[in-house]
Amino acid sequence: MTGQGEPAEDEWVDDHAGPVVRPYAVTGGRARPVTGTFDLISLVISTRVDVGSESGLGPEHVAIVGLCQRIQSVAEVAAHLDLPVGTVRVLLGDLVARSLVQVREPRATPAGLPDDSVFEAVLNGLRAL
Amino acid sequence: MDYGLSERPADAAPLPTGIKILIAGGFGVGKTTLVGAVSETRPLRTEEVLTETGVGIDDLSGVEQKTTTTVAMDFGRITISDDLVLYLFGTPGQDRFWFVWDELALGAIGAVVLADTRRLADCFPSIDYFEGRGTPFVVAVNCFEGAKRYRLDEVQSALDLDPGVPVVLCDARQRESVKEVLITLLEHAMKQREERRRAAAAD
Ligand SMILES: Nc1nc2c(ncn2[C@@H]2O[C@H](COP(=O)(O)OP(=O)(O)OP(=O)(O)O)[C@@H](O)[C@H]2O)c(=O)[nH]1
Ligand SMILES: [Mg+2]
Repeated sequence: MTGQGEPAEDEWVDDHAGPVVRPYAVTGGRARPVTGTFDLISLVISTRVDVGSESGLGPEHVAIVGLCQRIQSVAEVAAHLDLPVGTVRVLLGDLVARSLVQVREPRATPAGLPDDSVFEAVLNGLRAL
Repeated sequence: MDYGLSERPADAAPLPTGIKILIAGGFGVGKTTLVGAVSETRPLRTEEVLTETGVGIDDLSGVEQKTTTTVAMDFGRITISDDLVLYLFGTPGQDRFWFVWDELALGAIGAVVLADTRRLADCFPSIDYFEGRGTPFVVAVNCFEGAKRYRLDEVQSALDLDPGVPVVLCDARQRESVKEVLITLLEHAMKQREERRRAAAAD
């Protein structure tokens, strides 16, 4: 467990927030994750079967840990939880800070593109579909 | 609490890597249909909430005004192997969301521009965008019933495409057809990479 970057627990919930500001309520008004960048296609897996009595987590955090028992992209997490991607990035940052999920960022060369082997693998994979 | 049994083992297989292809084109041209035809899940929708801050021009007080816009993207998934998961993203249609496109296009291995011959001009902005960025792309002509059939070379010149850019027919509803389009894109992208490398070496 890392204690670093753990947000104060009272940041999680805003009892007064109405449905209009729901995404902000979910993150306690935070716009940026405490750690990580989280590309739409970064892949996420939970490190625990459940989060048990881990304190300071909101229902959305728990839902992400449940969902990511199977590998999911950031985009998929956002779609399944029906939350904006920015909100999901904040929640994932909290979970990474607590080592509750692992994240794999897309692989890229310095030019920002995958290397040749990826192109070949995709081509072969598509032909085999 | 005992976490021992429920932790992901340290020697678990490494996570696969995500890669992406963009599906662009005008409004209603079949982007979501194409994604759904090859995706192993039904197309999912994700939303990005954007906050634009601008100072009102004719507002002398200079008060900052914030407006939020929601941009929706449809996407699907194809598991290529244990190491690679391919995502297909339908790009949001509106031209004013170029900055969302920039995020989507970053690291994308290529793009499919869907075209409808009844309103070919709708795909000009997408073509301009990918040409400008140097993103490899193919043009897939989605054959709607009742649309006049054009020869592919007619489409090619109507779109003023670089001769190297593949133009193919497709039916966005048919898995096999979409698969062919994606294969054409990959072959084109690999060829273009090779050509650029050769050009760079010749300099
Ligand atoms: N005949 C025919 N109809 C198609 C084809 N592809 C899509 N359609 C139909 O065209 C309509 C629009 O398709 P969508 O996939 O929603 O188009 P889109 O580009 O995602 O639309 P927006 O996201 O609203 O811009 C739907 O009713 C589809 O069933 C095709 O290849 N042939
Ligand atoms: Mg659509």
